[in-house]
Amino acid sequence: MSKLKSTTELKSLQEKLGKTQHRDRPTIVVSSGTCGRSRGSSQVYAAFEAGIKDRGLADKVNLRDSGCHGFCQAEPNVVVYPGEVFYANLKPEDAATILDETVGKGQVVDRLLYADPGSGKKAAKLGDVPFYTKQKRLISGRNILLDPTRIEDYLAIGGYSGLAKALSMEPKAVTEEVVKSGLRGRGGGGFPTGLKWQRLGQGTPKYVICNADEGDPGAYMDRGLLEGNPHSVLEGMVIGAFAVGATEGVMYVRTEYPLAVTNVTRAIEQARELGLLGENILGSGFSFDITIARGAGAFVCGEETALIASIEGRIGEPRQRPPYPSEKGLWGKPTIVNNVETWASVPIVVEHGGEKFASIGTKGSKGTKIFSLVGKVNNTGLVEVPMGTTLREVIFDTGGGIPDGRKFKAVQIGGPSGGCLPADKLDLPVDYESLTAAGAMMGSGGMIVMDETTCMVDIAKYFLNFLQEESCGKCFSCREGTQRMYEVVDRITQGNGRADDLALLEELATMVKDASMCGLGRTAGNPVLSTLANFRGEYEAHVLEKKCPAGVCKALIHYRILVDKCTGCMACAKACPQKVISGEKKQPHRIDQSGCIKCGICKDSCKFDAVVVE
Amino acid sequence: MPIVEINGVSIELEKGTTVLEAAKFLGVNIPTLCHDDGLTAYGACRLCVVEVESGGRTQVVSACTYPIEDGLKVRTHSRRIMGIRRLLIEMYLATCPSSKTIQDIASKWGVSQCRLKVKHEDCVLCGLCVRMCAQQMAAKAIGFVGRGRKRRITTPFDERSEVCRLCGACMYICPVCQARCQGPQEESAVCSACVACEPPCLVPFDDMKCYMDPCAWCEQETKTKLLAEAKTKQ
Amino acid sequence: MDVGKIIDKYGSRRRFLIAILQDIQEQERYLPKEALRQVSLRLGMPLVDVYGVATFYSAFSLEPRGRHEVTVCLGTACHVRGSHRILEEFERQIGVEAGHTTKDGEFTLESVNCLGCCAIGPVVVVDKVYHGEMTSNRVKTLISQCRKAQKVEAS
Repeated sequence: MSKLKSTTELKSLQEKLGKTQHRDRPTIVVSSGTCGRSRGSSQVYAAFEAGIKDRGLADKVNLRDSGCHGFCQAEPNVVVYPGEVFYANLKPEDAATILDETVGKGQVVDRLLYADPGSGKKAAKLGDVPFYTKQKRLISGRNILLDPTRIEDYLAIGGYSGLAKALSMEPKAVTEEVVKSGLRGRGGGGFPTGLKWQRLGQGTPKYVICNADEGDPGAYMDRGLLEGNPHSVLEGMVIGAFAVGATEGVMYVRTEYPLAVTNVTRAIEQARELGLLGENILGSGFSFDITIARGAGAFVCGEETALIASIEGRIGEPRQRPPYPSEKGLWGKPTIVNNVETWASVPIVVEHGGEKFASIGTKGSKGTKIFSLVGKVNNTGLVEVPMGTTLREVIFDTGGGIPDGRKFKAVQIGGPSGGCLPADKLDLPVDYESLTAAGAMMGSGGMIVMDETTCMVDIAKYFLNFLQEESCGKCFSCREGTQRMYEVVDRITQGNGRADDLALLEELATMVKDASMCGLGRTAGNPVLSTLANFRGEYEAHVLEKKCPAGVCKALIHYRILVDKCTGCMACAKACPQKVISGEKKQPHRIDQSGCIKCGICKDSCKFDAVVVE
Repeated sequence: MPIVEINGVSIELEKGTTVLEAAKFLGVNIPTLCHDDGLTAYGACRLCVVEVESGGRTQVVSACTYPIEDGLKVRTHSRRIMGIRRLLIEMYLATCPSSKTIQDIASKWGVSQCRLKVKHEDCVLCGLCVRMCAQQMAAKAIGFVGRGRKRRITTPFDERSEVCRLCGACMYICPVCQARCQGPQEESAVCSACVACEPPCLVPFDDMKCYMDPCAWCEQETKTKLLAEAKTKQ
Repeated sequence: MDVGKIIDKYGSRRRFLIAILQDIQEQERYLPKEALRQVSLRLGMPLVDVYGVATFYSAFSLEPRGRHEVTVCLGTACHVRGSHRILEEFERQIGVEAGHTTKDGEFTLESVNCLGCCAIGPVVVVDKVYHGEMTSNRVKTLISQCRKAQKVEAS
């Protein structure tokens, strides 16, 4: 394909590609992100490919290797058109059946349909799967329609129309459209995107940066978008650059996402080839190009000033703001930093107008938000819902509730900067204001569900350990403060907690929040403060009774074999790394507590639930 | 020129002045550990944190790195700031109890407790030496290495640096390794137990009270003993 | 060692320091001391700054890596599903703590703070292959698979 010289040429190419997509043919879409591949989606795809070749269907069936569809729990899965039939948890050998039955005879293969784990009800098509019914997949929904390695697919569904529209407008009007939409930063702070653009300082050159350093543990929305629809992010960046007059863009992707790096690199090349990036974009006279910078494994680089330092080839140490990057950013020039999901929202805002976007959501939080719903929940995956949806709807309706009939205990939102919300906050609407008021925050959108087997003190300790490793180490308050908090929480989990430890913890956490400089430090106290506020009883059990109610903290628990349940199968004795489980075959076994290291392998290997934690 | 208000006193100063400089100009004492007039501000020790109010928003920032702006209101000794500062000093004491500089700051700001485990580090990563070496000596022999709790200051590969001229400027400026408490000295108001803990708190100076009450070191010793006893009993 | 070529590719420009180090790491599987010296010389940067960057980012290693790389994800989602126990089992089975390489140069065990595969946690990556829903019982099998693959290659 040659360079497009005008928006008219873009339009005719879109139309031409739309026709050559053979939408009338049966289409099989394989969900194939990193999660899917680890569960065998590549093999499933290969099986379909071979099956189609064997049956001589190459010209009669479309097969698409798409990015993630969000429903990771059901990977590998495929969607078959027409009919939008959804087949979940497939094996390569199922490909032949689907080709013969569904594609060949138009019949649905009942045994491969998704069955709701609770009710056992089968879903005939994608829209009927409970995981999808309450979602509004404005941003992530397009993953299913395209192969991320093909710009043709993105163009065929009208991709880059937002850019075409923007180029026909005054740059200021584009920014105003974004202001009107009420779009707020999806990366953490929730700063209004349009306002950020309007406040960009004077000076040339100007830079736009895409923050794809998604470091929050438990969050992978950005990976889903970069892997599944990289062009939507690029399009957003070009529109943003046009609106503010930037000439250079940088995509800062974390190195832990190899597939995302590959797909984005290819997408940039393709866009350049078509004249959607580079000199004189679509003949408009506007020039802009994007380069990739790979992160090297540092959570703190998600903070914008640290990210800029890292792009400049230095250690990712945040610096004092002001001056803000909008005044002095990359190479000391005015810079806009937005995250992946924000950039991916921009084309939609521009193409359909700010007002339409603003009609979704709540008063202060507009549009939809993608969450990674993970942890102790039945349907794990990427969930996109309108702002203001309640936690209960997300976790219980979309997420299908807690597995194994256990009780919901908490949901951790907003990564290490966020907080843990207990069951009585389940009816909280998910938007920026409500979450902050409840002591959590939107963050980038990680939602980690915890059940009664999760110890909240252990969770606080987990985050503190994370933070003491990931703090850049510059501010004494953050570096030493996280270590000191870890020290105190650690001694609590060891059963050595003192009566005044909780007060000391609160004091330390508040100080770290107040005295540290960057966003990481200023939120580093949150894991402690939110667990203390909502689960104080659990802390007290550790400190006063020396007990871990959830059965997690090693120093406070021991494993025991229930005599009446043990069948004497010897599985645990074989698995025990310390060889401290004894007993005759078919006789109840017992654990010698003195040699037990509490690794829990006996419990994992027991098929009869005879090993219990006390 | 911007007019800034510090603790209720207004003053007009040149653009680019930091809050710390402005406070100093007014004679307001703000403690610092990582600041030196001859070096660039770094904002690492956080001792100089102050409350600033601008545009209706109050935040806590390090005075050494925050430039003044017109209409900025600064509070250097509010209750919130004093709380933060005292806890920071307590943390410094627990990290480097034998630094004379830190002991003096603690004494001055009335920090007389230490509820944290004493560590006896010989560096607080204030970075004065790193800046000294780079900015005044133009050598760049030492720098920050590692991240988070593993951060330290050293030469590349922990080997003798080829660019180091052994000028000693790093040691000269260090608030911790050079200004160590030198042991029992009559004119010192420090318990000196940091040097020789056996026996702790030497008898000849029993008229001099260790300002840390209880003395961090003695406290730790007693606790370890008590813990050991409790364990043997169990 | 083709460190020189890598530096040439980026036109000896300081802003590409991290990219240069990444390429060296990929090629050599670690950052040799000599390479860092060469980078410092060619980019005209103080060695201590290069060393600082090399030690700041966790993707870099200053020690040679083992033939097999095992990375255990310790993200929050993996943590609540028991990833710390998986890591402990790897430590027992391989015989080194996280962040280290076995003496025979066979395995390097690493932990990472999130791989972004949270839905299928706990996640372990062995030689770039992702394994989801790990259990401590599967640890032994994975390690012996690695050892077997090694033998096949040798024969």
